[in-house]
Amino acid sequence: MSAAAIGYEILLMRVLSIVQWHHFAYMIISLALLGYGASGTFIALLRTQLEQRFEIAFAVSALSFSVAMLVCFIVGQRVPFNALEIIWDWREFVHLSLIYVIFFVPFFFAACCIGLAFTCRRDDISRIYFFDLAGAGLGAVLIIVVLFAVFPQNAILVLVALAVVASALVGLASGARKSLATLQLAWLVFIVFGLPEQWLTLRLSEYKGLSQAMQVVDARTLSALSSPLGLLTVVDSPTVPFRHAPGLSLGTRHVPPEQLAVFTDGDSISAITRYDGNLDKLAYLDDVTAALPYRLLDSPRVLVLGAGAGTDVLLALRNGTSHVDAVELNPQMTELVRETYADFSGHLYEDPRVSVHTREARGFVMQTDGHYDLIQIGLLDSFGASGAGVQALNESYLYTVEGLQAYVERLEAGGILSITRWLKLPPRDGLKLFATAVEALRRAGVERPDQRLAMIRSWNTSTLLVKNGEFSAADIATIREFARARSLDTAYFPGIAASEANRFNLLEQASLHDGAVAFLGGDAEEFFRRYKFHIEPATDDQPYFFHFFKWASFREVIDLRKRGGAGLIEWGYLILVATLAQAVLAGLVLILMPLAHIKRTWPAGTGGPMGSYFFLLGLAFLFVEIAFIQKFILFLSHPLYSVAVVLSGFLVFAGIGSAMSARLTRRAPVTTVTAVIAAITLAYVFLLPVVFQRFIGLADTAKIAMSIVLIAPLAFCMGMPFPLGLKRLADRAPDFIPWAWGINGFASVLSAALATLMAIEFGFSVVLVTALLFYVGAAILIQQFNETAGD
Amino acid sequence: MRHLALSLLLFVGLAHADYYAERRAALMEELVYYAQLARDSGDGAFSDAVMATMATVERHEFVPSSEKRLAYENRPLPIGHGQTISQPYIVALMTDLIEPDAGDIVLEIGTGSAYQAAILAELVEHVYTIEIVAPLFQSASERLKRLGYDNVTTRLGDGYFGWEKHAPFDAIVVTAAASHVPPPLINQLRPGGRMVIPVGGRFMTQQLLLIEKTEQDEIITKQIAAVRFVPLTGEH
Repeated sequence: MSAAAIGYEILLMRVLSIVQWHHFAYMIISLALLGYGASGTFIALLRTQLEQRFEIAFAVSALSFSVAMLVCFIVGQRVPFNALEIIWDWREFVHLSLIYVIFFVPFFFAACCIGLAFTCRRDDISRIYFFDLAGAGLGAVLIIVVLFAVFPQNAILVLVALAVVASALVGLASGARKSLATLQLAWLVFIVFGLPEQWLTLRLSEYKGLSQAMQVVDARTLSALSSPLGLLTVVDSPTVPFRHAPGLSLGTRHVPPEQLAVFTDGDSISAITRYDGNLDKLAYLDDVTAALPYRLLDSPRVLVLGAGAGTDVLLALRNGTSHVDAVELNPQMTELVRETYADFSGHLYEDPRVSVHTREARGFVMQTDGHYDLIQIGLLDSFGASGAGVQALNESYLYTVEGLQAYVERLEAGGILSITRWLKLPPRDGLKLFATAVEALRRAGVERPDQRLAMIRSWNTSTLLVKNGEFSAADIATIREFARARSLDTAYFPGIAASEANRFNLLEQASLHDGAVAFLGGDAEEFFRRYKFHIEPATDDQPYFFHFFKWASFREVIDLRKRGGAGLIEWGYLILVATLAQAVLAGLVLILMPLAHIKRTWPAGTGGPMGSYFFLLGLAFLFVEIAFIQKFILFLSHPLYSVAVVLSGFLVFAGIGSAMSARLTRRAPVTTVTAVIAAITLAYVFLLPVVFQRFIGLADTAKIAMSIVLIAPLAFCMGMPFPLGLKRLADRAPDFIPWAWGINGFASVLSAALATLMAIEFGFSVVLVTALLFYVGAAILIQQFNETAGD
Repeated sequence: MRHLALSLLLFVGLAHADYYAERRAALMEELVYYAQLARDSGDGAFSDAVMATMATVERHEFVPSSEKRLAYENRPLPIGHGQTISQPYIVALMTDLIEPDAGDIVLEIGTGSAYQAAILAELVEHVYTIEIVAPLFQSASERLKRLGYDNVTTRLGDGYFGWEKHAPFDAIVVTAAASHVPPPLINQLRPGGRMVIPVGGRFMTQQLLLIEKTEQDEIITKQIAAVRFVPLTGEH
């Protein structure tokens, strides 16, 4: 049950990211988890009846979970929710609420099973908790493996079957096993033989890039590949070709050659460009802003971070590179270029000058010994996604101060780091990036960062250059001429006059230039404060480059929406705040209010301390887990490895800790255990960065093993306070157990949004320290309970 | 009985016409108010001709029946096939930016609902408009014909290469999303002509790109923010 439940949660995140946008997925799942809290309330209300028929209740719940998973998956997608219309039409809130209610149902049934087990099998709490956590740990790994093998819409069938197995196992011991078996069998037969395939088809929002591309005359899907890293869809549009060339000069005389579009999760586009070995046909690439560094280097050795479908690799080849290391995270993207469309792409990834590495960009840079003349980071996200601020919750170690420092360290003397971003109005990405580069150079001890930076812009992109050395007069002349010949603007180069910053593509205010001058001249703080968006540099501790939201501008932006200002709203952050607010509200209504109405049969002095105890535990456990997932992304060089290793590591070892807790003596453990948790957490705040720095060069398997060793002791201890608390209750206040389960569930719902919000505002170290304080608080509370209960 | 039914129908029809006329008048008041705000903040305002046209063209004729009641809200609306009819404020702004003249020949890339084409048709001599989504092309063509816009010519296909046969154009309006401005369109712009492109996702246009070709064939582009933030005075 636990495996299927967590599997379903991860699967829904994936599916909702594909059919909608991922920040809404986040919101929906967070609220769906309320099912956990509400199940506690439900059990508390019907405890006597349920306890008498535990097996039947469990088996029916598990079967209902199985049915609900599939039905809600199908029905949920048919709600006509349009995320983009939400600021314009209140009906979209109704649709969104309807989706919450739908996805609440399966989680409610899943949680009922586990809550029933805790309530009705009180003697085995530690063992049940062990199986709950270990099952969840394995479920997380299972769904990731399954998602590599099949499409998300088929992966759900595995989870549906798992829940039926759980129902059958418990149902066998019940008095109604025959009726139950008939139902279980009928459901399985329906799934195998009766389920129409089109019911499962994913229905993408018609406003996503892929849906729009498919509307064009003669557009067709050539192939689709799916993995937990994304759904890749290759589209050919012969009648109205794609011609994807962001940053292309208005003055160009060239048209991009034939292209196939690769959409990731139905949106961000990466183009496979037809290439037959004749570089002359790629002349259009000379006129994009990203071509500038090649004018300053001779036969450079190039590192492309985020190679996608290969445009930046072509750019390097066109400019006579001696060798390109192309780093791409998604192996299926590489497979498309290297195998499926090898002929179309001119066997680009088999060119002797090209080496392709399937790695996370930052991890590759930290592990490689190589030095480069040019490190290039291109555009991988869509303007639409970037423009609406929906990436605000995406942590990215690519654009942090430490990241830029690492890239510059890998440059040869005189080498150049080149980063291209979308240019919005008012500018956001480009400004933040410039500020990040200034900070990175200062931290590296560079005395004159102003001599090492340059930035140009087209009407929709900006390209930043950071040189490992100072730009020469000849370099500056080349930059000027490159920009002038293509009607591009220079935002900054050493010695630039204000009059040179706004000549071809006129902005009302040359904010990029003004910002660059302010950051270099020491007026950065004042500029940050006065700017309408958040543009302070991101760091590894607060890796939210795409977070531009500022409360100070919020009211103004909302007022401006009627005058065409809707695009200025930074959605991601607002969604997070809304998620938190709704979780609090829904938690109060669904969990705490019903519970408040039931008769209290527990001893005085239980509710306050023990309610708070389980609340703090729920918050603290997820705070630590979320912070670790984020921190280990950097070490394991892969978000998926991090999620899989940290999630399953925590759950399995916490499960073992829970099982072991049954053997502990009654009095001292919680205080001792929390003291150990606090000590380890505190040590890790300081220790982990050092360990990561030192061992990041090890092989993946060694790093995974090391991560598990680091996680094990902490997780082992973190598994104990929950069952130890429940045991106390089982002895003295068994009626309070469903309460504890409900409150703990409520806290878990809050913690995901709260931890992210805290990380954005204060950084992950603060999240960890807060978790530590929560554990200390929990220890004090249970001590109070013991004393009141006369222990 | 028949007479009664006919009278009722007529009454309902008139009531509807009144209803939409009232809503349109309310929308115009809103646009005038926002135009005044824009003027106050130094953004200029919409010309009288543009405002008069916005007050004439019946937007409810250009939206699906399910959206008719919202036709005169100052907001973008879905028109099916992943496309939208732009926010009236943005339509007015874009129309104003190309400074339409009665004798102008205008090219539009992305017909959509044909609302923008209809607005232009009221102001210029002829509008050529290209759409890439077949059902939208079909419905837009029929709609323009039904409403009597005989100075608009529609075509289904690729807008990247413009419409060479009718070039050069005095103005070009591009409403289809693109990663770059198609160079052939710039070539088909008459010296002294203007091209305008809204930038941003569906439902949330956030900036406009204005391209001017001078009489000397020079290209000047301007990024126009649809709205402007109040400058900070330092005490925030």
